[in-house]
Amino acid sequence: MDKLLRVSYSPHIHGENSVPRLMWGVIISLVPAFVLSILYFGLGAILVTATSVLSCVLFEYLIQRFIMKVPPTVNDGSAVVTGVLLAFCLPATIPLWLVALGALIAIGVGKMSFGGLGNNPFNPALVGRVFLFISFPVQLTSWPLPMGFKTKLVDAATGATPLGMIKEGLLNNQQVPPLMEEIPSHMQLFYGNMNGSMGEVAAIALLLGFIYMVVKKIIPPVIPLTILGTVFVFTGILWLANPESNADPLFHLLTGGVMLGAIYMATDYVTSPMTKKGMVVFGIGIGVITVLIRRFGSYPEGVQFAILIMNAFVPLINSWFKPKRFGEEVQHG
Amino acid sequence: MLKTFVKGGVHPPENKLSASRPIESLPLPQTVSIPLSQHIGAPPVPLVQKNDRVKTGQLIARSEGFVSANIHSSVTGKVVKLEDVMDAGGYRRPAVTIQVEEDEWMPEIITTPGLIKEFDLSVEEIIEKVKEAGIVGMGGATFPSHVKMSVPRGKKVELLIINGVECEPWLTSDHRLMLEKGEELLVGIRLIMKALQVEKALIGIENNKPDAIEHLSGLCLGEKGISVVPLKVKYPQGGEKQLIKALTGREVPSGGLPIDVGTVVHNVGTAFAVYEALQKNKPLIERVVTVTGPSVKNPSNFLVRTGTPVNHLIEAAGGLPEDTGKIISGGPMMGKALNSLRVPVTKGTSGILILPESMSVRKPVLPCIRCSRCIFVCPMGLEPYLLMTLSEKEMTERMEKEHVMDCIECGSCSYICPSNRPLLDYIRLGKAQVNQLIRSRKK
Repeated sequence: MDKLLRVSYSPHIHGENSVPRLMWGVIISLVPAFVLSILYFGLGAILVTATSVLSCVLFEYLIQRFIMKVPPTVNDGSAVVTGVLLAFCLPATIPLWLVALGALIAIGVGKMSFGGLGNNPFNPALVGRVFLFISFPVQLTSWPLPMGFKTKLVDAATGATPLGMIKEGLLNNQQVPPLMEEIPSHMQLFYGNMNGSMGEVAAIALLLGFIYMVVKKIIPPVIPLTILGTVFVFTGILWLANPESNADPLFHLLTGGVMLGAIYMATDYVTSPMTKKGMVVFGIGIGVITVLIRRFGSYPEGVQFAILIMNAFVPLINSWFKPKRFGEEVQHG
Repeated sequence: MLKTFVKGGVHPPENKLSASRPIESLPLPQTVSIPLSQHIGAPPVPLVQKNDRVKTGQLIARSEGFVSANIHSSVTGKVVKLEDVMDAGGYRRPAVTIQVEEDEWMPEIITTPGLIKEFDLSVEEIIEKVKEAGIVGMGGATFPSHVKMSVPRGKKVELLIINGVECEPWLTSDHRLMLEKGEELLVGIRLIMKALQVEKALIGIENNKPDAIEHLSGLCLGEKGISVVPLKVKYPQGGEKQLIKALTGREVPSGGLPIDVGTVVHNVGTAFAVYEALQKNKPLIERVVTVTGPSVKNPSNFLVRTGTPVNHLIEAAGGLPEDTGKIISGGPMMGKALNSLRVPVTKGTSGILILPESMSVRKPVLPCIRCSRCIFVCPMGLEPYLLMTLSEKEMTERMEKEHVMDCIECGSCSYICPSNRPLLDYIRLGKAQVNQLIRSRKK
């Protein structure tokens, strides 16, 4: 009698990739940004992040367990990523119940209502963020002052973001160069020393995370590079055409949510295109819409809307931009 | 910069445990079961009956039609059965079972080891002898070789490519052959070049076999028109289309053949079989088979007669390990899982890989997270995630439009998928659906 053998189709080996491994890789890459947010915003950063992560995981568990009645899959790490990213685009002084509400919308509406991981058309963290932003504009735009650094920004505990100051000033017929006097230097902006969402401010930490993810092959660099490149070029053209009413391109890259958005929100696997060509189109779209909103819209920052708008185009992009098939070009000497 | 193919590919751990083990002749088993269908194409017609006595190398089944191959007895003995046996794919196929008595070779076969270099043969003679010897592609596809050597009218071959890539992890049979039978190999290549009437041949070898590259490059110094090209290690470089791309930059068009870009590809094992057939009158009745695996006591490369049951090879390599979960005929990426230890070695068996239980179970399947990895690694530029969904939903016409028939079943997509999705399983189903559709159109 033969020993009973297992049979299956090939391939018989599998690479070491797994969803949890990728998700935890993303989380590790977010550590520098988290550390800097604690440095700038203190206890608030820890509380908001913890609340957001715990709520996201809890809501996903409860919804899967009691509403969808499927085995919960919270240990795949995707809810943790959503939680961290949602926290990172909130001000550190936001009431914690609002954070939990945002998490419920992010996970419940943004993710689980479409069937859970892999099925949602929109980035869940951004869905939660935009919901809060539109429903609770006051709490969502009370940007705390970064602790520990004496800036000449404002003397109150909260103040406007650099982008908000520019927008406000332009609406009051001020010009950009004098406005820039009141804003920290580009170097300070690069380190994240400004009013803003807790995880968005420190470009240096986000870029470190980006490099980590690219080196570890967690994400391809295409989407962040095209978004940042597009923003740089578009704002650069505006700036060169009229430096009196436009901030310089570097300022645009270092402020607001464009770094976090380009590196973490737009690269969400589920809601971004499948091919490199598609990713380029997606990235250019996000960059252009972001600048249009920043410059001509009524909000100072537009990256959150830009990403959600382009998320909606992903199925179309996927059917238009196919990979180059092998043997497609039949021209040989 | 070493050459390789451009699009996609993966790099599984190589695990070439048996690379330094010289080829050993395996002692003859008590019985052999020689399947009649060891190739792609029409099955040959048996020429023997029960109780007939056959000699080693004797023709026992004659090819039927152009795309078919002769079958010879690999041993001397008595035909005891003409019954179906289980093949590597799990199907029962007609086979000739012979009880081994002694080892008396057919008189015309030269059994002495000396190198013979006799090129005074016409194109037709070469092709005829290759056909007589029952030679098929030994890289695994087992397409009758004489067909690939007969250049169709209106086509021109500029380049012969010899496939010494052996990109499957674990396998080392081609590697050993190149090291130990290099001179014979070059004679074989020269003969195939003559049949195809080409002036140039390239031997593609991956860079993880530096000794084989060095050895064959040395031998090629005196050979006009034959040269070795080292290649960067990347799976599935041994795929015909990928190898042609790596060596020439040309892409075989969708649905086309290598000859459409002026090339013909033969495996090193095939070239060696051509040498033996033409210089020693020896039909294809034995081949090198790697027996290996993480728990195998003595990973080995055996010279094995066709029809030898797999358990005979495993015994010779130290026996079946305790923790065995899966036995694979071929490599881990494209091989077939065997469901019996009595499956016979055929002309296309390049290796027997024994995986422990811990490596035999698939991981649980998660939802597709659209990470694009399957698209990035697909060497044919397909979208495996999409094809799997289309296959599940039986959207056959759409699958055809998405080029599902271009899939070479290399398994890179399933290998890389972080959600452990059985992409290739569904794509295979999809290809079967499309095949059915194409057939129904012809009616």
